[in-house]
Amino acid sequence: MPKLIITDRSGTKSEIEYDSNFTLMETLRDNGFDIEASCGGCCACATCHVYIDEKWTNKLKNMDDDEQSMLDQAFDVKNNSRLSCQIDLSEEFDGLEIEIAPE
Amino acid sequence: MTEKTDVIIIGAGPVGLFAVFELGLLNINCHLVDNLDKVGGQCAELYPEKPIYDIPSRPVVTGQQLTEELIKQINPFKPKFHLNQQVENIAKTEYGWIVETNIGTKVEAKCIVIAAGAGSFVPRKPPIENIENFENKNVFYAIRDKSIFKDKKLLIAGGGDSALDWTNELSKDSNVTLIHRRKEFRAAPDSVSKMQELETKGKIKFLKGQIKKISKIKDSKLMIEYENDNERSKIEVDYLLPFFGLKMELGPIAEWGLNLHENLIKVDTEKFETSTPSIFAIGDINWYPGKLKLILSGFHESALMAQEVFKYCFPDKKNIFRYTTSSKELQKKLGV
Repeated sequence: MPKLIITDRSGTKSEIEYDSNFTLMETLRDNGFDIEASCGGCCACATCHVYIDEKWTNKLKNMDDDEQSMLDQAFDVKNNSRLSCQIDLSEEFDGLEIEIAPE
Repeated sequence: MTEKTDVIIIGAGPVGLFAVFELGLLNINCHLVDNLDKVGGQCAELYPEKPIYDIPSRPVVTGQQLTEELIKQINPFKPKFHLNQQVENIAKTEYGWIVETNIGTKVEAKCIVIAAGAGSFVPRKPPIENIENFENKNVFYAIRDKSIFKDKKLLIAGGGDSALDWTNELSKDSNVTLIHRRKEFRAAPDSVSKMQELETKGKIKFLKGQIKKISKIKDSKLMIEYENDNERSKIEVDYLLPFFGLKMELGPIAEWGLNLHENLIKVDTEKFETSTPSIFAIGDINWYPGKLKLILSGFHESALMAQEVFKYCFPDKKNIFRYTTSSKELQKKLGV
């Protein structure tokens, strides 16, 4: 199984396996990470905000307008900010490093 | 003045609306309270245009369509809506319960049905240290009295409709600066072009960045530090108005002494009654073993809840189960 490397809000790094049928948000939530995702993944709340390791930002599908707009409601937004519910995982993301943004 | 009804429903989302239908079939009248300015809850506020695929018999329906059709379905029962307000206190009375909202509406009812979804929509507050010390003095998340801003220096933060509408409106009588993380805005195109026109004419200023720090300086002014591309700058203002949309929180419901399970209200699966008799909870806000947060679960819960509420409203009457397809009595109520 391919793996993701996650840094949680306390700064602890861990590796998790993922299934490419799910989004990054679902994978984080299913692995017990503290991610609110209050709208359930329909890009309507900005509570699944993560930072993607810069090495990977170009390999992800570009953000659409919906995601950019929702990020306007998040805080501490950086150039590598994404909403994890909008990231469909695939085999090629093996080794992707992400950090969960502050609440 | 206190109004009287049979049931007060807290939350006017899809499940609260359908509860009016199920209660109405049993001759039970309802009032609904919602913190939003419109009916429909999350369906209307968060995803009006987004498709829902798991409503039985509706291969696809948007949040807005579902809301509109539920309103049409419950129309024969003439529910009364109390919008733009939040239930703050509940108290036991001889009749049942009296509930009071934050703007002073009082309704007395036999039963309370909590259909509050993920809680109340409240403004999303920027996570800036000490911001709470300035709230309702120099920092406002909603505007009730715009006259206090006359001839003052304002910093409005955000890129949505509220931020742009207030930038355009308040620029008439105040010195307005708008701050947003990018120079694109999700607000309605009309508001965006109006704001850009005001900026070109020098009537407002625009800053790109995100607010990082607030401190108080002399004459009750605020010093705001903001960051753009790792560069910090400062601006001095009288008022800060952050508009970062809404989030949901349980709010006053948590204080009513109901048994909770991780911020959800525990109910039984026969009557959907809480640990306090004659208070019920249906939809996403409740919890029981096997709970699924689906609109269809909330609809089912409404129907069963109504059977029990009937006993509180009509203790001497026997409730005979009937189908809308065959019962002339029910059809009369529905006006069909």
